[in-house]
This record gives sequence, C-alpha cells and structure tokens, in this order.
Amino acid sequence: MTTKDQIDIKILDTLQNEFPLEERPFLALARQLGISEADVLERIAAMKASGLIRRIGGIFDSGRMGYYSTLCAMEVPAGRISEVGEIINRLPGVTHNYLRDHAFNIWFTLTASSPEKAARILSELEKDLGLPISSMPTLKVYKIKVSFEVGASDEA
Amino acid sequence: MKLDDIDREIIRLLQGDIPLETRPFVQLAEQLGATESEIVARIAAMRANGQLRRWGAVLRHHQAGYTANAMVAWRAKPDQADQAGEIMAAFKEISHCYLRQVPEDFGYSLFTMVHARSAAELDALIGQISLQSGLSDYAVIKSLQELKKASVQYVDL
Repeated sequence: MTTKDQIDIKILDTLQNEFPLEERPFLALARQLGISEADVLERIAAMKASGLIRRIGGIFDSGRMGYYSTLCAMEVPAGRISEVGEIINRLPGVTHNYLRDHAFNIWFTLTASSPEKAARILSELEKDLGLPISSMPTLKVYKIKVSFEVGASDEA
Repeated sequence: MKLDDIDREIIRLLQGDIPLETRPFVQLAEQLGATESEIVARIAAMRANGQLRRWGAVLRHHQAGYTANAMVAWRAKPDQADQAGEIMAAFKEISHCYLRQVPEDFGYSLFTMVHARSAAELDALIGQISLQSGLSDYAVIKSLQELKKASVQYVDL
C-alpha cells in the first residue's frame, strides 16, 4: 500500500463515518477539511483507482426493509463445488457465497420476502442439488460495522 | 414501510457507486422527475428509520491492510450468549457479531467476523477473544474463495 498523507486519511475517515448527506456532499467534505472540492474529488478518484475504496454509496438493512435473510451452510462433495456454487449463485436472493475451510464448505446468504418464501426456495434447492442445507437465521445482532480505522493504527 | 419506485431507484443507486461528481444526485433526480433535494430528503428518511444502515465509502479490506480475515463461530450456552456477544462487540477487529439459530450437530451459535493484518495476528486475536469472552470451543471458518458478492435486489424475492 502506498503511503497515505494526512488529508487522505481524514477523507477516508469522514467518508466512512460521517459523510455529509447533501446535494453536494463532496463540497461539504471539502469545506470540513479546508481544501477544494476538486482536490477532494481527485483524491477520492485516486483511492478508488488504487483499489482502496470499493465504492461510495450505502448499505441497507434488509430486515428493516421488511425482508428476511438467513445464512446457509452445506457440505458439498469436492467434485461438485463449482456446479453447486453456480446453481446457488443463479438465485436472485443470494448475495454472498463463499467456499470455506470447514466440513460445511459452502456458505451463502439468502434474502427473501418472507421466512416462508425462504423455506420454499431452500427446499427446492435441496431437491435440485440432492444435498441438505442448514439454514442459520439471525436471532440477535450484537454488532454490524463495516468500516475500519485507517489512521494512526495503520502502519502499512 | 412500502417502497415506491423512487425509493427503489435510490436504493439501486446507493447499492452501487454514486457518481464521483460535484452533484452526484442530479442525474437520478432528472431521470425520476424529482429534485435533488427530494432525493436527499428521501435518503435522509431511510437513514433515520434504519433502512439505510450506512452511508459513505465501503473499503476493500485487503487493500486496507486487513489481509487475514475469518468467520469464527463460538459455542455459547443460551445464558452465556448475551454477555459474550457484548464483549466480542467491543473488539474493534470484530466487524460483525450475531447470535444464530443453528442445527444441534453444528452447535456454534455465536458468529463473528474477525479481521487482522496477518495470520499470526489473527490467531493471537482469536485467543484474546476466547479468553475475554470465556468461550473456549470455537470453529475458525476461513474463506477460500468468493463465489458471489452482490447487493440485495429489493424486488420480488
């Protein structure tokens, strides 16, 4: 990783934690930092180009939107992983799917309009694949945070 | 909390990458026959009611120096989960901590996503979490390959 100067670090911190929600958010950010809007846009563009910033936008809470989601795990024979992975990925309600280092080797998240709909989708998928699926819905959330400190603690 | 078409288009925009321009909402506003201030007001409302959980930059963990990540699932008795969950939530290296309903033969019901800068740091961190939470039985379930990563399409799912 290239060395980030203090202004880039401040931009990253603000972008993650208190990005202004305004018609001209980059101008508001620039004013907070005492630099020009053009400079802010240029620096963000560079951090996107370098791959540090994935995107600028939002993350929605599917539960609050009235949707149901569950984490599902499967034990898939080694020879069937790519086939099974592709079939799972075709489902529009599947947002994340990972091959993992565990007896349960395929883990995916399914979002559906209701628990009943999710159960239907999963039972059809079990039939199609001939493999059982363990559904592990959330009972309680203790933490969700998708930002990291990139300031002082970042020695890279 | 019914979503109308304008909300759906706003969600679609925000789930992607907003234009890196002085007026990032102007194009969407014109397309929807709305004003930029209406768009901003709707986003603010979604944020206020918790539908929009985060607004801002999403980083790539790998690029941010966090190259060693794992899902760690912990065996917690029902009367241990809350206390352990709160302790785990206080770790800055833990981004997600959920209690899940799990099959009995799996048994690890407290899920955490743990992020570190090296494999050694990750191991040490997991040891610390175990010590502080008092949970000693856990499964480290590392990702080998990302098969899909997408945003939810809030349509007829």
